[in-house]
Amino acid sequence: MGTYIIRRLLTAIPTLVIISMIIFSILKLAPGDPMSQFAANPSVPPEVRENIRRQLGLDDPIPVQYVKWATSWVKGDWGFSFSSRSPVRDLVGGRIGTTIFVMGLAFVLGLLIALPIGILAAVKQYSVFDQVATTVAFFGFSIPTFFSGLLAILLFSIKLGWLPFIYESNTAHAGLLGLVERFKFAALPVMVLGLFQAAGLMRYTRASMLENIKLDYVRTARAKGINERKVIIGHVVRNAFIPVITIIALQLPGLFGGAIITEQIFRVPGIGSLLITSLGASDTPVVMSIVFIISILVVLSNLIADVIYGILDPRIKYS
Amino acid sequence: MAEVTASARTGTLAGGAKARKTRTLWSDAWQQFRKHKMALTGVTTLTIIVVACVFGPLVYTKNPQELNVLRGMEGPSMSAPMGYDDLGHDMLARVLDGGRKSLLVGLMAVIVSITVGTLIGAMSGFFGKWVDSILMRITDLFLALPQLPLLLLISYLYVNRLKQIFGVENGILILIVCVIGFLNWMSVARLVRASFLSLKEKEFVEAARCIGATTPSLIFKHILPNVLSPVIVAATLGVGAAIISESSLSFLGLGFPPDVPTWGSMLSVGKDQLPFAPHIAVFPGLMIFLVVLSINYIGDGLRDALDPRSRV
Repeated sequence: MGTYIIRRLLTAIPTLVIISMIIFSILKLAPGDPMSQFAANPSVPPEVRENIRRQLGLDDPIPVQYVKWATSWVKGDWGFSFSSRSPVRDLVGGRIGTTIFVMGLAFVLGLLIALPIGILAAVKQYSVFDQVATTVAFFGFSIPTFFSGLLAILLFSIKLGWLPFIYESNTAHAGLLGLVERFKFAALPVMVLGLFQAAGLMRYTRASMLENIKLDYVRTARAKGINERKVIIGHVVRNAFIPVITIIALQLPGLFGGAIITEQIFRVPGIGSLLITSLGASDTPVVMSIVFIISILVVLSNLIADVIYGILDPRIKYS
Repeated sequence: MAEVTASARTGTLAGGAKARKTRTLWSDAWQQFRKHKMALTGVTTLTIIVVACVFGPLVYTKNPQELNVLRGMEGPSMSAPMGYDDLGHDMLARVLDGGRKSLLVGLMAVIVSITVGTLIGAMSGFFGKWVDSILMRITDLFLALPQLPLLLLISYLYVNRLKQIFGVENGILILIVCVIGFLNWMSVARLVRASFLSLKEKEFVEAARCIGATTPSLIFKHILPNVLSPVIVAATLGVGAAIISESSLSFLGLGFPPDVPTWGSMLSVGKDQLPFAPHIAVFPGLMIFLVVLSINYIGDGLRDALDPRSRV
C-alpha cells in the first residue's frame, strides 16, 4: 500500500509538470504582448521598452522562460500582479480563504443531503419518496448553477427579502454575531452550489446502492437473520460507498469550476472572481497562478480518489 | 455486440415464423424507448424548441437587433410575449435567434468531441501496445486539465485573433466550438477503447480479417457500428453539457458578447437587471434549463433502449 501511494505520487508530478507547460505555452503563444500597456504609452521611448523587455526576459526562448517561471513558482515566488502591483501570493492568499469557506460549506451540505436521500431512495425503490427524490435530482443537475443562482436571488433576496445576495467578507459585528452574519452571506451561494452537487451525487449513491442490494451477500446476510437496518448500513452501504467516495473525491475540482460561476453571481470575493477580473485586466501572472493552483487541486483529487479506492477495496491489486 | 444479436435474431426468424415483421436493432430500441415517458416528453419539448428556433423567426418577424428604447425593460405583453430587454430589444425574437446559436454550438461541439474521441479510442483499442499507452497517457492528461479555467483562458486569449480571421460572430463560434469540443472527448475515447479491446478478439472480426478486410474497413465497417450505442448516448448528453459550457462562458462575459444574442449572453445581460426586470434573465435561463433537461431525459431513455441487457 505504501509503495502504491508513493508510486501514484510520483506519476502525479510529471502530470503536473506537463500541465503547467501546456498552460504556460497557451499563455505565451497567445497573440498580444504583456508590454502592450507600455507600447501605448508615448512617454516611454522605444529603447527603454527594449531594455525592460530584456530585463524581464521576454525575449528569451519560451522553454527558458518556462524553466525560470517554474523554478520561482515552486520556490514560492509567484511574481507581481500587473494591475494591482502587489505580489500574486498575497492576492491569492487573501482570496482563497473565502473560496474554501464557501466551497467547504457547499460540499458538506451536498454530502449531508445526497447520501441519506440516496440510500433511502434505493432502499425504498419505486416508492413515492424514491420517485420524488430521483425526479428532483434529475431537475437539479439539469439546471445550471448560473440560472438556479439567479432564481434563488430572485426568490430569497428580491421577493422575500430574507437573505442578502451580495457577499461581504467584512462583517459589521465581531464574535458570534459576526459568525452568524458570515453564514448569512454565504447562505445563498452555499445553497445553490451544495444542491447542485447533491443532485449528481444522490443519483450515484442510489445507483450504487441498487447495484449492491440485489447481490447474493445481501441475501445471505438477511438469511442469517440480521435485522434489515444492520444489513443496509453494515453490509450494503459499506460496499456501495466504495465507488461513491471515489466520485466524491473526483467532484472536488468540479466544485472549483462551480465556484468561478457562483462567485460571479453572488460577488463572492474568492479566487474565482479574482480569475475573472484578472483575465479582463490581462493580468497574466495572477491568471497563470490561479489556473495552475486549480490544476494542482484537480490532480490531487484524482490522487486522493485512487488512494481511497485502494484503501477501501482490498480487491484492488497494486502491481 | 449489436451485430451479433441482430444476426442471431434473423437466424431464428429464417427458421421460424416468416410472417412476423423483421425486427432490427433500431426498431427494438424504439419499442423500448417508447416506454420511457419522460424521454418521450423530452423529445417533444426539444423538437418544439428546435423547430421554434429554426423556423420561428420566419413567423415571428420582429428584428432581434431593433431598438425600442422607450419600451426598454417592459414586461411580457400581447405584442411582445417575452417583453423587452434593457435596451428595448424584443425578447422573444432574441430568444429564438439566440437559440439557433446556442443549439448550433452544442451540436457542433459534440460533433468535434465525438469525432476526436472515437478516433482516438478506436486507434487505441484496435492497435494496442505502444499506440494504446501513448494515446491513453494523453487522455489521462486531458482529464487532469482544469476544464472551466482553461476554457476561460483560451477563449479570452485567442478570441481577437479569430475575430480578425473569421469575423466577430463566426470567430467566436469557431473558437467556442473547438475549445469545448477538444476539452470533452476523453470519456468517449475511453468508452470506445474499452469496447474495441473486447470486440477485436471476437469471431466476426477474425472472419472479416480472413476475407481480406483492410485495417480501416475492419475499424470503421466492422467494429465501429457495434460501439455506436454508448457513443450515441454520450453524444446526446454531450449536447446538453456543451450548451451549458457555452452559456457559462457567455455568462462570465468570455463567450459571445451581449450584442450577439445567445441564451448565455442574454442571461448575462439579465443578471444585472434582476431586481427591476427579472423576465430578461428568466426566459433565456428557462430555455437552457428546458433544453438540458429534455436532453438528459432523452439520454436516459436512449441508454435504457440501446442497452441490450436491459431488454431481457
